[in-house]
Amino acid sequence: MNKIKLILKGIIKENPTFVLVLGMCPTLGTTTSAMNGMGMGLATTFVLMLSNMVISSMARMIPEKVRIPAYVVVIAVFVTVVQLVMQAYVPALYETLGLFIPLIVVNCIVLGRAEAYASKNSVFDSFLDGLGIGLGFTLSLTVLGAVRELLGSGSFFGHKIIAGDGMLIFILAPGAFIALGYLMVLFNKFKSKKA
Amino acid sequence: MEYVIIIISAVFVNNIVLTQFLGICPFLGVSNKVSTAMGMGAAVVFVMTLATLMTYLAQQYLLVPLHIEFMQTVTFILVIAALVQMVEIILKKISPALYQALGIFLPLITTNCAVLGVAILVVTKEFTFGGTPAMLNLPQAVVYTASMAVGFAVALIIFAGMREQMDLQGVPKPFRGVPIALITAGILAMAFMGFSGIV
Amino acid sequence: MAKESNFKNMLLTLLLICFGGSAVMGGAYLLTFEPIAAAQQAKVNNAIAQVLPSFDNRPAEESYEWEVSGKKVTIYPATAEGQYVGSAVEAVSSKGFGGPVKVMVGFLPDGTIFRTAIISHSETPGLGDKLDPRKSSFSTQFEGKNPATFSLSVRKDGGDVDAITAATISSRAFCDVLDIAYTAFMDAKEKGGNHE
Repeated sequence: MNKIKLILKGIIKENPTFVLVLGMCPTLGTTTSAMNGMGMGLATTFVLMLSNMVISSMARMIPEKVRIPAYVVVIAVFVTVVQLVMQAYVPALYETLGLFIPLIVVNCIVLGRAEAYASKNSVFDSFLDGLGIGLGFTLSLTVLGAVRELLGSGSFFGHKIIAGDGMLIFILAPGAFIALGYLMVLFNKFKSKKA
Repeated sequence: MEYVIIIISAVFVNNIVLTQFLGICPFLGVSNKVSTAMGMGAAVVFVMTLATLMTYLAQQYLLVPLHIEFMQTVTFILVIAALVQMVEIILKKISPALYQALGIFLPLITTNCAVLGVAILVVTKEFTFGGTPAMLNLPQAVVYTASMAVGFAVALIIFAGMREQMDLQGVPKPFRGVPIALITAGILAMAFMGFSGIV
Repeated sequence: MAKESNFKNMLLTLLLICFGGSAVMGGAYLLTFEPIAAAQQAKVNNAIAQVLPSFDNRPAEESYEWEVSGKKVTIYPATAEGQYVGSAVEAVSSKGFGGPVKVMVGFLPDGTIFRTAIISHSETPGLGDKLDPRKSSFSTQFEGKNPATFSLSVRKDGGDVDAITAATISSRAFCDVLDIAYTAFMDAKEKGGNHE
């Protein structure tokens, strides 16, 4: 039961995008469509799970002062692995996400979880934490991507459902900021009603 | 002339924050006051230019000759982290005054994705400044990076000015904090879209 | 909890992590090396197959570079049962809105455009990316047109091309890339570069 809670907290209570406001660059940069948002989210989830596991198993052996550089190297290694695998098997998605794949290294969510959670908890719990936070991130990115895609080009996961061109501004840069801003307003409203 | 195009394109047309979505975290995090925004902006200009200089050389003389371009991400982040540490130590020794002004921003810069992002962009993307698509050479890369960093500083300072004004307004409760900042940034990004097409 | 730091164990830990990390990355690199090369090859082959009538040779293996007035293109000649059916020409224009526009253009032996496919571009999503035949019908207007009689510039500039609304620069870049490809194709044909 507790383990399930561990996963769920990342989706609502500690949602990395809407509550913790971390990892904004990929959130805004890759969500031109629901599919791209989901791809980015899953790539990050993968790195988060693996780096959390490895860091939690090594944390006791790493001297205090070189903690951060050691974590960064571990994360960078997994990002490189993801990069290579995506290049090989989903080249189209790799090209669309482009620069934002290597930038998972500096995504504050990944290093933040390593430092705040994985270094103090068991390997399995850290894995679940990575999975939960990763899924929360994926969910927010997919929702934001879906909203922008729907408003901007009138389609949903690539299927055209509203005829016409849509409001182009939502695909372009300003729309990213505005859509995320209003989604946060809705999220806050929903949370304050529940509380 | 070529350099003028590079500068205008990097500062305004392809503004790093408002069109490329890099460095959003510090953009939202340290934009409460104009004075802190200026400090952060200056620190980023300094570190980013140095960092790209180092990573450009690392790419040209280390990764490419050894055919290990796939280790780019790891190499670059290590170079940047080491550089920031060194700058911090040297600055402390040489110019305590400057260290006081920029010091607190330096650790934040390692995890600023704009620095790594531009370092990677410069060595992987083809640009069309010279007429035919080509990779940047070293002086172009340095000028391009410095202009990108100035673009970051410009966006940050303008945004901080807007947020200072906003604090005086009665913003509805669910909008307070990050949401209204994002919506403001969106409107600012629209203003920057006006620059597109001039180069 | 975390160990006490001293110079020796700090250095040792970082070295170990770096070695371990390099081993993991090297392994991943070796494992993905072939799939990545295959994926890139498949992309070129797909583009060639999209832009030419059916052929039975392997154009990617017979490709050659051609240069006309400083602009380099790659030409992929295609044959069916030994008969030359046309060439795919990969060309790039620097006049794009967001960066270079790279296009594969299929030409029939007489220079008529058969079909086109976008290889890469960085045009604005929703506007300039309509160059892609999967996103709008813009590029289909070139199919079956011969640049000898069809003027490759947008109507605004006095040509025959209907530009994409609000993306004239991208449309011009597309015309530019077709023009480069066509010039190189005809030049190669005249100077005997083609397998005919």
